[in-house]
Amino acid sequence: MKAFTELYQHLDQTNKTNEKIEVLQEYFSRASDEDKLWLLALFSGRKIKRTVKVAQLKEWACELAGFDQWLFDESYLIVGDLAETIALILPDGSGINRLTLSDCINIIRSMDKKTDDEKKVILFQVWSKLTGFQRFAFNKLITGGFRIGVSQKLMCRALSKSTGIDENILAHRLMGNWNADNTTFQQLVIDAKDDDDHSRPYPFFLAYALETDPDELGDTSAWQAEWKWDGIRGQIIVRNRQIFVWSRGEELVTDRFPEFHALLEFLPDGTVIDGEILAFKDGLPLAFQQLQTRINRKVVGKKLLADVPVVFMAYDILEFDKIDCRNKLLSERRILLQQLIQGDNRPTCLLISEEVKFHSWSDLKSLRLQSRSNLSEGIMLKFRDSVYEQGRKKGNWWKWKVDALTIDAVLLYAQTGHGRRAGLYTDFTFALWDNGNLVPFAKAYSGLTDVEIKEVDAFIKKNTKEKFGPVRSVKAELVFELAFEGINFSTRHKSGVAVRFPRIHRWRKDKKVEDADTLDNLKALIT
Amino acid sequence: MIEVTPKGLYCPVADVYIDPWKGVPKALITHAHSDHARSGNGLYIAQEHCVPLLKARISQNIVTQSLQYGESISMNGVNISFHPAGHIPGSAQIRLEYRGEVWVVSGDYKVEHDGISIPFEPIKCHAFISESTFGLPVFRWRPQVEIFEEINDWWRKNAEQNICSVVLAYSLGKAQRILQNVDHHIGPVYSHSAVAEMNDIVRSFSPQLPQSEKWSASILASKFRNALIIAPPAVNNTPWINRFKPYSLAVASGWMNLRGSKRWSAADRGFVLSDHADWNGLNEGVKATGAEKVYITHGYTAVYSRWLNSIGIESHELQTLFGGDNAEEMKEVV
Repeated sequence: MKAFTELYQHLDQTNKTNEKIEVLQEYFSRASDEDKLWLLALFSGRKIKRTVKVAQLKEWACELAGFDQWLFDESYLIVGDLAETIALILPDGSGINRLTLSDCINIIRSMDKKTDDEKKVILFQVWSKLTGFQRFAFNKLITGGFRIGVSQKLMCRALSKSTGIDENILAHRLMGNWNADNTTFQQLVIDAKDDDDHSRPYPFFLAYALETDPDELGDTSAWQAEWKWDGIRGQIIVRNRQIFVWSRGEELVTDRFPEFHALLEFLPDGTVIDGEILAFKDGLPLAFQQLQTRINRKVVGKKLLADVPVVFMAYDILEFDKIDCRNKLLSERRILLQQLIQGDNRPTCLLISEEVKFHSWSDLKSLRLQSRSNLSEGIMLKFRDSVYEQGRKKGNWWKWKVDALTIDAVLLYAQTGHGRRAGLYTDFTFALWDNGNLVPFAKAYSGLTDVEIKEVDAFIKKNTKEKFGPVRSVKAELVFELAFEGINFSTRHKSGVAVRFPRIHRWRKDKKVEDADTLDNLKALIT
Repeated sequence: MIEVTPKGLYCPVADVYIDPWKGVPKALITHAHSDHARSGNGLYIAQEHCVPLLKARISQNIVTQSLQYGESISMNGVNISFHPAGHIPGSAQIRLEYRGEVWVVSGDYKVEHDGISIPFEPIKCHAFISESTFGLPVFRWRPQVEIFEEINDWWRKNAEQNICSVVLAYSLGKAQRILQNVDHHIGPVYSHSAVAEMNDIVRSFSPQLPQSEKWSASILASKFRNALIIAPPAVNNTPWINRFKPYSLAVASGWMNLRGSKRWSAADRGFVLSDHADWNGLNEGVKATGAEKVYITHGYTAVYSRWLNSIGIESHELQTLFGGDNAEEMKEVV
């Protein structure tokens, strides 16, 4: 646990990529295979089964520390992290132990079948053996959710340095359906053959936002343009007469989208296509909000299936006729994709993302302005002579989104942030005018600079009207321009509208509260 | 005996304010930090070491009266005396006694001996007005010896790699505490001018404070390679700090006990070093006064007050403007 804690602490302290890679590499070169496998599992978001309830953890930590629960809850509000709060309030531990990462994980997993009393005894024992940060790391293993700023890419680079295996090959090996119980470090990383796991997806290629003028991209004929659809990026795999649907978050979602099961008959064995899972009805995409009603449903009812059907809007082909074709050029892959998808018996849930034809950049600029009425987020630009890369890279793919919608709103409520922003008022609720009243319509957390956050924080503390628990109502005075991606009518919101991805665009210090927009201004933006 | 008025804590019998936040004719000042010692008062009554600090920070022209620790004056029958608070040099708790009833205003305090301030002395009283900046059980400090080992290790490793070490610390108090306690064998220690000004005043009554050259543009950059630079938090993200590149940046503050604040500060290292009492220190301090009533000011007032009531010590919140709100010290360090 000492080595893991040091790694964790180091990763937590630095935001320098090279330093992160160095400490990871160091860990990979020293840790046992078992610990390495667990590290890969944890840092790629694989979870350890939760064996102790949060309420129990809190209760027992309070018992050991000798505090009432309310004091714990108040502390948690400030610390913003349960595992950390527990680690901080417990009496000091000895730090004398030889527990490894795997030992700790095995202890946690062994508690599954134990009684509550037994669990408590085990926790007290482990807590008393660990020092401050070790205890925090151990609690994190129980509660889950390591957020340490280590991307898959970064982890693969470090692993590549310590094993000598190419980074891209590793990225592929670490994808898919494995967990620490059904494989070993040797099998997964060292001995892996690339057809070991036939559900394994390819790493996604992701686009950067285009920030320059597209004129700088040169000859228009070298670029393929498509609409940028607003769904969930996904991969459909047909291998060994089985179908697998993966989301970009590396989650297997086959069961959630039964529509796609029809593709098993249609797509030949050894096919992998990349595309967008999109709510789509009567020949038109539906708002992302509608898709959201399906995302988290494991079992999809008939009504929902009829109300919010989905399609797979295919972008690209990654495996054709059982062969990885990511190294073919986009222009070649496009032909393969078209061949594959044409045909009379094609299920209606499979579409191809059509090219947007254009002759000049100014052409495309005016087409882009129609994105919203086409229910897309903007334009994608892909270099025709490029291979399918992995991760987010600049150069061959660009997303060129339409400018966000914006509105000037009034800050009405504030709440303290969590984690990095603990103790500062950073979570805001904004309102718009409606017949002389300010009606709350959106929450936003991000978009201000650190300096502005401090300034707003000071304002809130000086201008609090009422306190309700952690929330304060604030004198209506500050106006912010909010940006958001989409807007829809909503019956669930008091304002009657729901906005998507609201964030603070800028602080309008030049505007008075009476200059803020009205709810009608906002509704007028609904297309 | 003491009430909260729009201008600050006020003793009507003595007709004197304590750390007022608006200009008043007569003010008793606990210490020279800006949230306790503001401009605009007619007379500043403070502990003798606090006086030169007040003049440096407010104005040389202010009218002052100085008292030694333990020395008392009488104001309309109220006996007033200053006692060590251990917060920073010259910091005091203020004791007010009238017809046998004793009140103590803590100002800011810590119970650990920091090597530069006269250590905190608990004063028996009927009513105690206590700060609560770190009044939550998640704030428990390790002994400063351990923290200074961490600081020395960090500095030593940087020095070995020719990386300059810059530590951000409040220019009055924290800066001298660091100067006093780091291992000067590792390399030279330079002070930012704001820190150097405070160093000189503190050294005038505490000659044991080690020397530290004031930074100036004429010092060769090569001298900074193994140096420790002590600078106020305000220099962060200014061009001034860039001259030390390559450097490692550290922040020394009690808020560094929380991962969130550490990340927020965007420093390379966060050292948990506070001039305020931690949870245990507050409890110890409050209990040692034997006070029947405890009034809680700046910090986690509501929570700490509830805690005291829950362990059988009658406690109330007082709304003051000291230290702004919970995150004040954190904002200072960023």
